[in-house]
Amino acid sequence: MTEPVIETRALCKRFGALEASRDISLDLRVGEIHAVIGPNGAGKSTLISQICGGLQPDSGEVRLMGRDVTGWDVAARARAGIGRTFQVSALAMEDTVLQNALLGAFGASGRRLGLFRPALRYRDLRSRALAALDRVGLAGQAAAPAAELSHGERRRLEIAIALTLAPRAFVLDEPMAGLGSEGTKEITNLLNELRSEAPILLVEHDMDAVFALADRISVLVYGQVIATGAVEEIRANAEVRAAYLGDSA
Amino acid sequence: MMRERYINAALLGGLLLVVFWAYTGDEPFTITLATRVAILALAGVGLNIALGQGGLVSLGHAVFFGIGGYAMGILASHAQSYQPLTLGPLVIEGTKSMPLIWLTAMVASGIAALLIGLVSLRTGGVYFIMITLAFGQMFYYFAISWPAYGGEDGLSIYVRNGFPGLNTLDPIQFFGLCFALLLAALAFHAAFKHAPFGLALNAARQSPDRAQAVGLDPTRLRLIAFVISGVITGLAGALFADLNRFVSPTMFSWQLSGELLIFIILGGTGRLCGPVAGAAMFIALEHWLGGLSEYWHIYLGALLLGVVLFAPGGLIGIATRREAAHD
Amino acid sequence: MSLMLLIEQVLNGLQLGVMLFLMASGLTLVFGVMGLINLAHGSLYMVGAFAAAWVAAATGSFLLALAAALAAAAAAGAIVEVVVIRRLYARDHLDQVLATFALILVFSEGTRWIFGSFPLYLNVPDYLAGPVTLPGGIEYPLYRLSLIGVGGLIACALYLLIARTRLGVQIRAGEADREMIAALGVDISKLYTVVFALGAALAGLAGALVGTIQSVQVGMGEPVLILAFVVIVIGGIGSIKGAFVGALLVGLTDTLGAFLLPQLFGAFMDVSSAAAVGSALASMLIYLLMAAVLFLRPRGLFGDTA
Repeated sequence: MTEPVIETRALCKRFGALEASRDISLDLRVGEIHAVIGPNGAGKSTLISQICGGLQPDSGEVRLMGRDVTGWDVAARARAGIGRTFQVSALAMEDTVLQNALLGAFGASGRRLGLFRPALRYRDLRSRALAALDRVGLAGQAAAPAAELSHGERRRLEIAIALTLAPRAFVLDEPMAGLGSEGTKEITNLLNELRSEAPILLVEHDMDAVFALADRISVLVYGQVIATGAVEEIRANAEVRAAYLGDSA
Repeated sequence: MMRERYINAALLGGLLLVVFWAYTGDEPFTITLATRVAILALAGVGLNIALGQGGLVSLGHAVFFGIGGYAMGILASHAQSYQPLTLGPLVIEGTKSMPLIWLTAMVASGIAALLIGLVSLRTGGVYFIMITLAFGQMFYYFAISWPAYGGEDGLSIYVRNGFPGLNTLDPIQFFGLCFALLLAALAFHAAFKHAPFGLALNAARQSPDRAQAVGLDPTRLRLIAFVISGVITGLAGALFADLNRFVSPTMFSWQLSGELLIFIILGGTGRLCGPVAGAAMFIALEHWLGGLSEYWHIYLGALLLGVVLFAPGGLIGIATRREAAHD
Repeated sequence: MSLMLLIEQVLNGLQLGVMLFLMASGLTLVFGVMGLINLAHGSLYMVGAFAAAWVAAATGSFLLALAAALAAAAAAGAIVEVVVIRRLYARDHLDQVLATFALILVFSEGTRWIFGSFPLYLNVPDYLAGPVTLPGGIEYPLYRLSLIGVGGLIACALYLLIARTRLGVQIRAGEADREMIAALGVDISKLYTVVFALGAALAGLAGALVGTIQSVQVGMGEPVLILAFVVIVIGGIGSIKGAFVGALLVGLTDTLGAFLLPQLFGAFMDVSSAAAVGSALASMLIYLLMAAVLFLRPRGLFGDTA
């Protein structure tokens, strides 16, 4: 078996009395979509933050392509290949859609950021940004300020920025949050295509989408992974049904 | 955006017209006022890079203005007295050459900005405001209690420093020099804003999470912006001291830091020519209201309150009827 | 250098510290509860000092003067809160800085307009005048000693107010969660006015108390305000305990630095240049202290670490 792209080893994180992560070990393998599900407050956001570098675990390790990156900050992990999206869109709202995508292209290129020449004249990065926008169907809105995008378009712009990074792994934090069924379908199709670019660690509430997309599912409850397995195993798992699916189904 | 461009042209053209009128009408004092506008606007352009692009509310930019001023004062006073400045083994000759003085002013303010930035950018928000204010006060008290260069009384320079090929004592020529530097700074700001660095800096202001997630380090971006900002304000300080042929600790005062912020707000935060509009308005108010009442700061305060509470886009915002400066 | 002189300087440092605490506690409360940075806090200090000087000159009573300082500063604070400040809570820090900077201009020039540019003087009352002999034979001005006592008492009172009273519960709730106190049925806008007026009153009292050892003049508030900023940056913004510890640290560092540094440099320099270097360095000492604290703890000694 090849090495996992992302791997967490026994992550623990406490906030006072709250154990947000208890001994979490999971991995993201080449070519797969691995979904993390769990009720609200299960510690999904805390887990994502520890993987992306926003939070340091109290103990345990985060590994990226076999390298221990636990001590790295967010920017370093992004440069090393984590392309993430945010649960609540984090975009430069005053800037245009293209400028937002360019930002990713510049960040990923690792080039020194020039002070004089307009960013839009960097042909290669511009075409990379436009290609990413095209992938998510936003090429037509390239010149519009991000603030004018609809909610669904912002979600797609987030994914486009992650794409410009040419990441080794996508970490997507509830990309379908707040979308209607039409929007969810669009993102589902998009993620299905992205799977070929890089594996996806997907945190998502929408169960239909998760069951449609995921190769494996991990269930997080009270900071603990209570089950990891293929879609059918999880569906059948009694503990999962009791802890989670039972409430929502 | 087109509209803002016309307003910028009108502002800069207006300043030139005033100077032209004063020149033909033989009103050197008005030229001096216009020179003050150009220099203070230049200082404001510096602050605007930190504030408008980087979102850094620095209440200590007088530090760089003062360092620029003292760079001029110290170098010129040593040239004046023919006593070289000795720093341990290092012997520095004084100079009356503006380009050398400017260079010194910019390097010194850049170093100060780097050190202050390293400390104050470890935090953010309201901490940053208080810390920059505190560092401003530190330099102020240091300048007062350091007796070598005049201490509290300041330092006078008898003859304005020289620039190759120009007679800087002629008000119109000195104005031209300051105006050219202002234009250069404005051109830099305009290019900077759309260059990759400016793009990243603006993104880090709007969404630090986003900047980090694409592999950029917001603190580093801000530190570089803060240094650039300090360098430009330091240059303005050297010019200001040369205009007055005098430098004193008041160039370090917190009031001056506040006034620099006022220029930007009166003009409109993040606007290219906001500091020009703000500085021009400030000097005009000082001149007219100051003539009407000894207590003109009350009116200035009331005006400022009005702008902050009811016209957040500043003058240019009112003129273009758009609040935020995004284009 | 004698030990007695050192002890005297330590007392001076404590006195400066408790006065800074009166300023800093108001600032930090207002920031903690309302999230507002208030540059005009120094103006309220000045208002207190002028009210006290004016009433003392008119009545000859020091206690009446102090009462006037408290009342005038609290009233000025309440009025400013209702007219201007409450429009700023939802604004960003830049707007708060500018609007309160504008208030400084209005307050300073208004005061100059009413009282003129010449400083006023407030005299120490007879019953507090003169030195007192401390154990060990140290002579120290009774008035300054009283300042330390009063400052300490107010710190205790403030602690009890916040720990034990209904208002204190509301303040703590306000610091933790602004929406929650609305849900508790507290009239927020009234609470904000009260907290702001309380902070103002403390600043005004400090102005009046210090006004007797310095002259009362326009612009007296801002240097103290900036010192108070240093205090709360060191202590951690929003923390009363931090303000107390920070105030004492700053007071002692500033006073002892000015006293000890010239002597320290005197050990290897001639006297006049030692005095120059020493005092120049001493003037920077508290800011260096601030920088050092920030390097170790970016959110201050008692700030939240989040």
